[in-house]
Amino acid sequence: MPVVDEAAVGRIFREESGRSVAALIRVFGDIDVAEDAVQEAFAVALRTWPGGGLPPNPGGWITTTARRRAIDRLRREARERELLSKAAALALGTDDPGMPDEVGPVQDDRLRLIFTCCHPALSTEAQVALTLRLLGGLSTKEVARSFLVAEPTMAQRLVRAKHKIKAARIPYRVPEDHELPGRLRPVLAVVYLVYNAGLTSPAEQGLCPEAIRLARTLATLMPDEPEVAGLLALLLLTESRRPSRIRSDGSLLLLGEQDRSRWDRALIEEGQAIVRRCLRRNEPGVYQLQAAINAVHADAATFERTDWPQIVALYDQLLTLAPTPVVALNRAIAIGEVHGPAAALALVDELDLDTYHAFHATRADLLRRLGRNSEATAAYERAAALAPTDAERDFLRLGGRDAR
Amino acid sequence: MTKYMLSVHSVEGEARTPMTDEEMQQSHKQLGVLEHEMKSSGAWVFSGRLHGPDTATVVRMSGNEALTTDGPFVESREHLGGFYIIEAQDLDAALALASKVTEIIKAPIEVRPFADTSGA
Repeated sequence: MPVVDEAAVGRIFREESGRSVAALIRVFGDIDVAEDAVQEAFAVALRTWPGGGLPPNPGGWITTTARRRAIDRLRREARERELLSKAAALALGTDDPGMPDEVGPVQDDRLRLIFTCCHPALSTEAQVALTLRLLGGLSTKEVARSFLVAEPTMAQRLVRAKHKIKAARIPYRVPEDHELPGRLRPVLAVVYLVYNAGLTSPAEQGLCPEAIRLARTLATLMPDEPEVAGLLALLLLTESRRPSRIRSDGSLLLLGEQDRSRWDRALIEEGQAIVRRCLRRNEPGVYQLQAAINAVHADAATFERTDWPQIVALYDQLLTLAPTPVVALNRAIAIGEVHGPAAALALVDELDLDTYHAFHATRADLLRRLGRNSEATAAYERAAALAPTDAERDFLRLGGRDAR
Repeated sequence: MTKYMLSVHSVEGEARTPMTDEEMQQSHKQLGVLEHEMKSSGAWVFSGRLHGPDTATVVRMSGNEALTTDGPFVESREHLGGFYIIEAQDLDAALALASKVTEIIKAPIEVRPFADTSGA
């Protein structure tokens, strides 16, 4: 029997609590009841598993135990008659802690829950916080730390969001097909945001695998949505390079400077296989195209041997779907690799991105390559002043790759 | 079922592009159709359009006396212009109706649940 220590229970909590919370919300129609019961069930697990060993299906055990706890609590409080009758009906069903009776519909429960958490009637901040808390199993403290807000602030944000869900009756269901495009967008955006929070903050690296786990769940639950697959591929391909984009001192390495032998081949292959399936399907979207761009990078043995024309072509497509200055900036960088820095700079200078650090960093790099050094220095300074993280700031203060 | 208020707010001094007579008639007709729909589906509870804030009067207690003053209660540029009270299964159903109304009247709508509909 494997050793069950606190850390192991913690890992199982991260893996399983979202599933259990989602199942209990369906049953009891109340987020707080579900959350509290699942917490209690894990407290029991923490007491009994290290001595008695893991049950055959830890997730099922948690769900069943939590459900009993919730029933007990509702019985004790005996306040909402409707809930109680539901509880009674449930108590008559399977109630054997060893039974893996939560396999079928539970997956749908998590899907329902993410659509509730990411309902457009909630602010993006609330969407992210709820998703991490309810589906990711992060504690309020962990969610607060991830987004650099004080714990009481985050606790209040969660309470308010949950209250709105209850008071305004934000539904707990998967949207219908005709609603799906609009409703899927915030879901994907939240997962992407969670990943990026981990990527840009080394202290919160745990958010990256968390986001990938959420993306995998979505991809399993919605196999027919090409953008869901695209998001998963994008995250996998980005993740394959994550360890090689930071030096041991925490500073950043540009794509051209990274040790490509350190890229994770398994993640790349998985990501590229998804991209190929997306291409065959030919329903391009913004995540799929970004994934395809990353797949091209992952294919190149060296920076110089990157298929830049292909990357430009993908950016052209992306720009028609998402005509934003940030996409135009990235396209200009690719143009720079095909037609040289002067062509790129002409495009970059047309963009209205004066408050975006990457805009100035790109200009700085292009100016440096054109030998316009004093202008480059000024642009690096402007970029450093705007950089959102210390690693990026230090990197830009040193004048980008020039100084290495 | 939950009751929701769909409210339309007018912003003082901010003239929206005025509708032409035809547009006005058109929108009036569409609203009539929509209201009929709401009534036959049981969603409609009550609706009304208000005169401007310059017709408002506020009554408040001052000591033991009710004091009457001219003008709206909220000192802001936005004022409630009209509202629907509807009953809907959930927020999505309420938002679907609100979308129809906003499309017709071409003004934003606030959707807010009533506090006193405890599952009834």
